[in-house]
Amino acid sequence: MIRRIDKISPLSQGEECRMRCLLSTVAESIHEPVKPSISISLTKLLIDGKFVDAASGKRFPTIDPRTEEVIAHVAEGDEEDVNRAVKAACKAFDKGPWPKMTAYERSKILIRFADLIDEHSDEIATLESLDSGKPYEQSRNIEVPMVARLFRYYAGWADKIHGLTVPADGAYSVQTLHEPIGVAGQIIPWNFPLLMFAWKVGPALACGNTIVLKTAEQTPLSALLAGKLLHDAGLPEGVLNIVSGFGPTAGAAIASHMDIDKLAFTGSTEVGKIVSRAAAESNLKPVTLELGGKSPFIITEDSDIDQAVELSHFALFFNQGQCCCAGSRTYVHESIYDEFLEKAKARALKRVVGDPFQNGVEQGPQISDEQFHKIMGYIKKGQEEGAKLVTGGERFGRKGYYIKPTIFADVQDEMTILKEEIFGPVQSITKYKTIPEVIQRANASPYGLAAGVFTKNIDTANTLSRALRVGTVWVNCFDVFDAAIPFGGYKMSGHGREKGVYSLNNYLQVKAVVTSIKDPAWL
Amino acid sequence: MAMLRAATRLSRAFRTNSIFESHASPLSLSSVTVKRLDLRCLLSTAAEAVAEPIKPDISISLTKLLIDGKFVDAASGKTFPTIDPRTEEIIAHVAEGDVEDVNRAVKAARRAFDKGPWPKMTPYERSKILLRFADLIDKHSDELATLESLDSGKTYQQSRYAEIPTMARLFRYYAGWADKIHGLTVPADGPHSVQILHEPIGVAGQIIPWNFPLLMFSWKVGPALACGNTIVLKTAEQTPLSALLAGKLLYEAGLPEGVLNIISGYGHTAGAAISSHMDIDKLAFTGSTEVGKIVSQAAAASNLKPVTLELGGKSPFIIAEDANIDHAVEVAHFALFFNQGQCCCAGSRTFVHESIYDEFLEKAKARALKRVVGDPFQNGVEQGPQVSDEQFDKVLGYIKIGQEEGARLLTGGDRFGQKGYYIKPTIFADVQDGMRISREEIFGPVQAITKYKTLSEVIQRANDTTYGLAAGVFSKNIDTVNTLSRALRVGTVWVNCYDVFDAAIPFGGYKMSGHGREKGIYSLNNYLQVKAVVTSIKDPAWL
Repeated sequence: MIRRIDKISPLSQGEECRMRCLLSTVAESIHEPVKPSISISLTKLLIDGKFVDAASGKRFPTIDPRTEEVIAHVAEGDEEDVNRAVKAACKAFDKGPWPKMTAYERSKILIRFADLIDEHSDEIATLESLDSGKPYEQSRNIEVPMVARLFRYYAGWADKIHGLTVPADGAYSVQTLHEPIGVAGQIIPWNFPLLMFAWKVGPALACGNTIVLKTAEQTPLSALLAGKLLHDAGLPEGVLNIVSGFGPTAGAAIASHMDIDKLAFTGSTEVGKIVSRAAAESNLKPVTLELGGKSPFIITEDSDIDQAVELSHFALFFNQGQCCCAGSRTYVHESIYDEFLEKAKARALKRVVGDPFQNGVEQGPQISDEQFHKIMGYIKKGQEEGAKLVTGGERFGRKGYYIKPTIFADVQDEMTILKEEIFGPVQSITKYKTIPEVIQRANASPYGLAAGVFTKNIDTANTLSRALRVGTVWVNCFDVFDAAIPFGGYKMSGHGREKGVYSLNNYLQVKAVVTSIKDPAWL
Repeated sequence: MAMLRAATRLSRAFRTNSIFESHASPLSLSSVTVKRLDLRCLLSTAAEAVAEPIKPDISISLTKLLIDGKFVDAASGKTFPTIDPRTEEIIAHVAEGDVEDVNRAVKAARRAFDKGPWPKMTPYERSKILLRFADLIDKHSDELATLESLDSGKTYQQSRYAEIPTMARLFRYYAGWADKIHGLTVPADGPHSVQILHEPIGVAGQIIPWNFPLLMFSWKVGPALACGNTIVLKTAEQTPLSALLAGKLLYEAGLPEGVLNIISGYGHTAGAAISSHMDIDKLAFTGSTEVGKIVSQAAAASNLKPVTLELGGKSPFIIAEDANIDHAVEVAHFALFFNQGQCCCAGSRTFVHESIYDEFLEKAKARALKRVVGDPFQNGVEQGPQVSDEQFDKVLGYIKIGQEEGARLLTGGDRFGQKGYYIKPTIFADVQDGMRISREEIFGPVQAITKYKTLSEVIQRANDTTYGLAAGVFSKNIDTVNTLSRALRVGTVWVNCYDVFDAAIPFGGYKMSGHGREKGIYSLNNYLQVKAVVTSIKDPAWL
C-alpha cells in the first residue's frame, strides 16, 4: 500500500507548490470543508447476519476530525451485545456451515467479497477518510485496493492449509491436522480501520473460524459496510459479528470472554497488557498482539541524501504520523547531518496539510481531540527537554485536529520524545558516529516493531538487518506492506505475525493424530 | 517419546496375554512376566510392611544452583530439603534460588546471548555440542535414572530404559534441527527483495514440573538451544536433582558458560521472578492451569514476553463397541496409571460403550488388582509412590469426593502400606459427568469409568470440559476413528494406542490445556523470532 509514494504525491513539484499555498490558506481559516457525497446508512451492530441496535439502546457519536462535528450516532455495543455476538459465532462454528464448508467454497466467498470491495471502493474510501481524517486519495487509491488484494491473498490460502505427516519412531501412522481454532475475538485500531480489518478477518476466515470483531470507537463506519458486503458475498450468518464500542466495555468483554477461543489485538502496548491479562485470567485464550513502536530509521554516510530525506519524511509523516511502525527515531550519520537537517526541514515545510478530501493534500487532521492534545503535549515536552525545534510545533488552522509537520533536531536518547510513541507528525532527528553505536542505541528500546536502513553498502545493510531486534527491516524503502510479508513485533511491540504464511498460525490449532498400524511396509 | 512408547513396552511386558505386536523391548516378555508374578506376591507383602527400602548406590554431589557455568550457593545461603517419596525422608538439601539468584542467572544468560559466543556460533557447532551431550546422557544413564527415580518415585526401569534413552533421543533430534532453521524468501508485489530470517528470541525462561523432570528438561532446553537461545531454567522443588547433573553434562559437552542456568526453588519466589523478569524474552511453563494463569498474567504485566503453556488435562479415552476388550482394558489401564497417574495427558475419563461396559469393568478391575505397586527400585514394580505428601493427600481427597458424590468404588481407594506416598490402584465406575472426579484433574492412580450409548453423545461429553490436551480412541472402524479424530477438540488423538511421545510428534493443548506445541517442527516456533527484511531492488529480472 504505502510503498507507492509516487501515488501519494501524484502532483508535480509546481502543482504541489500552488496547491500548498491554496490549501494552507483554506485550512488556516477552515472556511468550507469539502462535503463528500455520501449518506451514512449503517450504524448498528452486525450480529448473526443482521444489523441490530445495542441491547442498551445506547449510541455514541463518531466525529469528523476536520470539523470536530458529529458524523453519525452509532450503536454502542457492551457486554450484553458481545455475549449475543459470541453466541452467534459459537453457533456458526459449532453447527456450521462455515467450518464444514469445503475450503474452496470459503475461498470463493472471499474472492466475491474482494470483487465487491472493488465495486464499492469510492463509497468505502469516502467513509474511511471521513471517519479517520486520512487523505481520500490514500484511501481510494491505496488502502481500499489493498484490502481487496489482501482478501484475494487469503482466499488463495483457504485451500492450502496443509498439515504434515510425521516420521514415527515405531509402528505408528502420524498426521497433524491444522484445524480452525474456533471463535476469534478481534480488536482493531483507528489508524487503518479497513486494513486492520483485512489483516484480522482475512486469515481468520480463510482458516475456517468465526469472529467477533470490535472496531475502534473513533472509526466504526467503514467496517460495517465491509461486513455488509461480506454477507452480500455469501458469508453465512453469525460467521462475522461486528460490535462498535469502547475498550473498557466491549473490548474488555471480548478479552475476558470464556467462549472466545482466540484473541487478536492491535493497539497500544498499555492496552495490550490489559487484554493479555484478561485473556490469561479468564480462559487462557492465546493472544496475538500488534502494539506500539519507536522504530529507528538509520541513514548511513554513503546515502543519497535527497532520497534519504524523502523516505525518512514519508516513514514518519505518512498517515499523519499515526503508524505503529512510524520511523520515529531518525539516526543520521554525523558526516551528512547538517545537510540532512536542512533538507528535511525544507521537505516538511513543503508538506501539504489540509482537508483530506482536497486533491493533492498529503496530511489531514489527527484522529481525535485526545490524540491532538497528546501530540501537542509531546511537542511541549520536547522543547522543555532541550531538543531543537526545527519547524512546526503548533496546530494548523483553528478548527479540526490539524498539526503542522514538526521536526526536532539534536534529540538525545534519554529525552521523552525519543523514548515514547508520539503517534503524530513529529520527526525526531539525531546524530550518530559508528555502526556499533547506532545498533546499540537503536536497540535500546522496549519496542521492536520495525526499522529503516538507508545505505548502498551491502555489508552495512546485512550487519544492520541482523543486529536490529525488530520484526521488519526495510532497506532503502519503508512501509512496504505486501500481503505476503509478515508483520509484527519483537519485545514489547507484540507477539505473532500478521500477513503472509505466518498469519495462518494465529488462527489454527495443531492436532496430532497417532494411529497404531499393523504390519507397516516402511517406517 | 519413544520413551513412553518404551514404557508402553514395559507395560506390555507385564501383560499376560499377547495383544501387542512384539517390539524390541528392553525386557523379554516371557521372563519378565514370570518374574512379575513372583514379585507381585513378594512386593505387596513387602510394601505393605515397608520393611527395607532399597538403597540405591548413588551419592548426591550436585545440590547448588548452576549460574554462568558454575555451581554456586543461593545468594541468601538458604537450602530446602528434597524428599524420597518412598520413605518420606530427606535425600539432600538443595540451594534455594530466589529473586536475587534469578537476577544473577538472567544477567549471565543475557551476556551469553548478547555477547556470544552461543548465538554467533555456527549451527553446526551448536549441533555438535548437543550430540556430545546426548552421548554423555547415554554414558551416565544409570546415574541419571537413579537420581530421577529417587527424587520422583517413578520406577527405575521406566527411568533407565524408557525416559533416559528418550532424553538422549530428543537431544539428537534437536541437534539435527540446529542447522535446518530455514527462513523463507517471499514473493513481492513490486520491486522488492524479501527474505524472512528466523532468529533466536533471546533469553528463555523455562519452568518445568516434577512428573517427568528430565523429559521436560529436554522438551524445553532442546529446542531453545538448537535455535541459539540462552536459558534460565527453574526445576520443580520436588525434583531438583537430575537437572543439575544434566546441566553439568551439558557443560562437559562444550556449552559456553551462561547459556544454561538452572535455579532450584519454589514457584512463588523463583518462578515468579522468572515470569515477571523484564530481561527474559520468552517464557515456557509446564504445570497446572491455575499456575499457568498466574505466570501468563505476570508475563503480560511485565514485558509482555510470549508464553508457551503446557497445562492440565482431563483426557477422554473412548472405547467403541467394536473394540477388542482385552486390548482396550490394557491400553486404558496404561493410559491412566502410567507414572502413578501423574501425567497431564492421563486418560482420566474412560468412556466405554454400553454394550461392553460390564465386561470391561470386570476386566479393568482385575487388571488394576494385578498392578504391581512397590519400591520403584525393585525390578518388576509398575507403580511407585506419588511424588509428595501434598499430592498424596490431594489424590486421597478426590477418592473421598468420588465416594461422597456417589461414584461406585470398584477397587482400591486407600493408601498402600504405612509409609511412603503409595496409593492403591483405584477404579470408580458409573461416574457421572457432573461429578468432580470426572471434571477435575486428579493426577493420581484413579481411573474414572463411565458408559455411553452413541458416538455423537460421547463426542459432546468428551468435549464438555475446559481442557483439551489429548484423547484416546479405541476402535477398528475407520469411520468411527476419522469422525472422532476430527471432532475431539484436543491437541493429540491416540488411536488404538496411547502415550506415544516420539520426538517428531507435536504435543500441546487446545482450550485451557495450553498454548503452543512442544516437540516436532512446531516446537521451534516457540524459540524463534520472525524478521522480514525488505530491500528495494533496481531493475529486477523477475518478480
